[in-house]
Amino acid sequence: MNVVAKTETGRALGDAFAVARDRLPGKGKIADQRRQAFEAYERSGLPHRRIEDWKYTDLRALMREVLPLAPAPDAAALGRAAAAVKLRAIDGVRRLVLVDGAFAPDLSDLGNLEKGLGIRPLREVLDAGDGALSARAFATDISNPMVALNGAMATDGVVIEIADGTVLAQPLHIVHVASGTAPASMFTRSLLRLGRDTNVTLVESYLAGEGAKAYQAHDGLIVAIGDNARLDHVRLVEDAIDAFNISSATISLGAHAHLNTFGLTSGGHVSRYQLTVTCAGEGSKVETNGVNLINGTQHADTTLFMDHAVPHCASREIFRAVVDDRAHSVFQGRIIVRPDAQKTDAKMMTRALLLSDDAEADNKPELEIFADDVTCGHGATTGALDESLLFYMRARGLPEKEAQALLIQAFVGEAIESIASDALREVAIATAQRWLEARA
Amino acid sequence: MPAVQETVERVRRIDVDQYRYGFETQIESDKAPKGLSEDTVRFISAKKNEPAWMLEWRLEAYRRWLTMTEPTWARVDYPKIDYQDIYYYAAPKPKKTLSSIDEIDPEILKTYEKLGIPLREVAILEGVEPPPGGPPSANRKIAVDAVFDSVSVATTFQKELKAAGVIFMPISEAIREHPELVQKYLGTVVPTSDNYFATLNSAVFSDGSFVYVPPGVRCPMELSTYFRINERNTGQFERTLIIADKGSYVSYLEGCTAPQRDENQLHAAVVELVTLDDAEIKYSTVQNWYPGNSEGKGGIYNFVTKRGDCRGKNSKISWTQVETGSAITWKYPSCILRGDNSSGEFYSIAISNGFQQVDSGTKMIHLGKNTSSRIISKGIAAGKSQNTYRGLVSAHRKATGARNYTACDSLLIGDKCGAHTVPYVEAKNSSATFEHEATTSKISEDVLFYCIQRGLSQEEAVGLVVNGFVKDVLQQLPMEFAVEAQKLISISLEGSVG
Repeated sequence: MNVVAKTETGRALGDAFAVARDRLPGKGKIADQRRQAFEAYERSGLPHRRIEDWKYTDLRALMREVLPLAPAPDAAALGRAAAAVKLRAIDGVRRLVLVDGAFAPDLSDLGNLEKGLGIRPLREVLDAGDGALSARAFATDISNPMVALNGAMATDGVVIEIADGTVLAQPLHIVHVASGTAPASMFTRSLLRLGRDTNVTLVESYLAGEGAKAYQAHDGLIVAIGDNARLDHVRLVEDAIDAFNISSATISLGAHAHLNTFGLTSGGHVSRYQLTVTCAGEGSKVETNGVNLINGTQHADTTLFMDHAVPHCASREIFRAVVDDRAHSVFQGRIIVRPDAQKTDAKMMTRALLLSDDAEADNKPELEIFADDVTCGHGATTGALDESLLFYMRARGLPEKEAQALLIQAFVGEAIESIASDALREVAIATAQRWLEARA
Repeated sequence: MPAVQETVERVRRIDVDQYRYGFETQIESDKAPKGLSEDTVRFISAKKNEPAWMLEWRLEAYRRWLTMTEPTWARVDYPKIDYQDIYYYAAPKPKKTLSSIDEIDPEILKTYEKLGIPLREVAILEGVEPPPGGPPSANRKIAVDAVFDSVSVATTFQKELKAAGVIFMPISEAIREHPELVQKYLGTVVPTSDNYFATLNSAVFSDGSFVYVPPGVRCPMELSTYFRINERNTGQFERTLIIADKGSYVSYLEGCTAPQRDENQLHAAVVELVTLDDAEIKYSTVQNWYPGNSEGKGGIYNFVTKRGDCRGKNSKISWTQVETGSAITWKYPSCILRGDNSSGEFYSIAISNGFQQVDSGTKMIHLGKNTSSRIISKGIAAGKSQNTYRGLVSAHRKATGARNYTACDSLLIGDKCGAHTVPYVEAKNSSATFEHEATTSKISEDVLFYCIQRGLSQEEAVGLVVNGFVKDVLQQLPMEFAVEAQKLISISLEGSVG
């Protein structure tokens, strides 16, 4: 549709792919799929505002170019990564660390795997030529240019398999760390498969090692939740303030499965999180919640696609954005109810709080309904902090910033409260707290 | 559910024979050669005896149009339009200058009769006073501009309006008689380069209404335009320009119908409204173009650009629309809230049946301080239709204190249709307060049961619920149209739940 004259940077990336192609893991069919994905990306190039889905996040203007692949981390980079990981360590989790796009076994906890839990680096899976797993890793929709690019370039990731009936006591924590000192791109892709009757908690963090700057994290996550299984997912984006984070997650649910996912973005210069959730089995239930806490010139975009493909499923989305200074928050949420997905119950609520006159919040909550016996609703509000509440607190002696902080906490609280695990909820609250303290 | 299936069947059956305006008037007409070129533009301009500046304006638009591509972002699907296979101008052959109602071509008179407007209203329509002592409603005056294909065939009450200082005439006459006003405002709300269809319209528009209400004048009667497409293979490109000068008020109604044909006909209109300080325009539409048959064959492509500019402080523009016709509707009546304290309103009911596709909504663009807007949209989808609400609310950096409230609800009747909501909420000012809510549901079984248990028939119960559902919008319509609209709604939904 869009015939784009190739830019200099576009050509540079093409050359980079040609050079990197032979070093990327996976041969034969995988190499073909990578080439197809790269061609799909090349046809459109970096998405821009004339493409409806990217209306508010024009990567051509914001990102301009895709940086070349980061080199594999050396000992110094791993050392800086270890320090960053330690600073944001979460107690009681099994940590899996990716540094500069490569799995770092020395920083990861691979010992004493619980029964039914399998973890392998993606590179190893691809090199071993595991056909079925590899096929799943590349079975993504390449019509989205950034998903296509991720597929073409992915160097590593983790592949996690949970056998039927396994209940993991220990949450899994995938940590993405950028540690190289020269600006570069990291392309990672991870797979998570939950068997029937399983129960898993997954945390994802995006961090920067000391000295890492202006890097680009391109991540992909593919999740399949089996029948009667439950996944709790918490995602924390605390990238460096001049970094880019373009991530896509595709999650499908089997019958009577349950997904509770929460995302908090406070870091990164430009971030875009594309989440596609498909209710593929009857009776499944989805809670998707998110918070953006941004200031300065940050740009944070959450684009959610909730696909009700079968009857009797329920979904709830709660999204909150707090936008200060000249920051720009974007929420695009689309609920689709397919023709036979009767008795669907879907609700989406997005609210934005603008703290400055230069801040911008764009909300696009969409409903696309093809079945008649459903209950669907969405709401969107945008506004400033309530003056009368601020006055009430200031009259009682609270300084302005503190009064604002209280109101902001309450505002984002509704989304954060949805996190099921007490410990992880505390982690999210602490992250929000850090943002508020930095602001004061 | 068998009941729902039955509903679908019934709605489909109703579709075919319920379109009451599908007849054709046999009348000789004067047409431009088929196709579009600079010559077509020159032909239309010459037919209208236009001054040179107008022709230049059209040609500029035409050249611009050649460089543009048809938009594809709307949720509508139709085969490619062959712009060379359309007559851009068709006018009934004039017999002689008219001095009374009897001299208007009897075929045209018959057309208005058949359109379901009672004779008395025809008399009003054609400018004949009702007899003294008649029912009071007969004395209620509505000035009408009747546009038949590409020309205005009659404009009533011109004298009386003139006495009040109001100018109401076909735009083709206004270009000749009030060039200073037309030049000052035409294309200032919808620029010639605005979008593909607006640019096409700028090049080939043939007629439409022009209204100017001078400062401080409250227009003494409702103004109305009735659009009729009659000729085969023609497109209708009307252009309406309404200016409410400082402190004035006008209420304007518009109605549209077309014959039943297998071919798709293009209707690409542009409506521009301008309100200066403290002025108000209320613009109402009952759109009932031919929607196509039960197989989705034929029907009007209604690709319309309607925009109001609240240029002055404290000014107000309100759009009310009842949309039941057209095979495809693509229109977003919008308000640019430029003046401080100005306000915009949009009330809409869009009912789709058969294979109709509707992608309609509004844009409220807040530029001035303390501007406010309200959007109430009700979409009802039945049959195999697709009904999309698409709306933009945006607050500019300087729009301190902007407020918007949006409620858009959709009702689905049957499981083969679709109802969609695509709102864009953009805030660039922290003091902007925007609220948006949308729901989608089917008629609640409980509510129906309650009504039926109290002795209402199924149809009456559905009618009651649907009328309650759309009440907010109907209340905004002027009396005459509210009655018409209610009739339309009962037709579209009669027996819809079996």
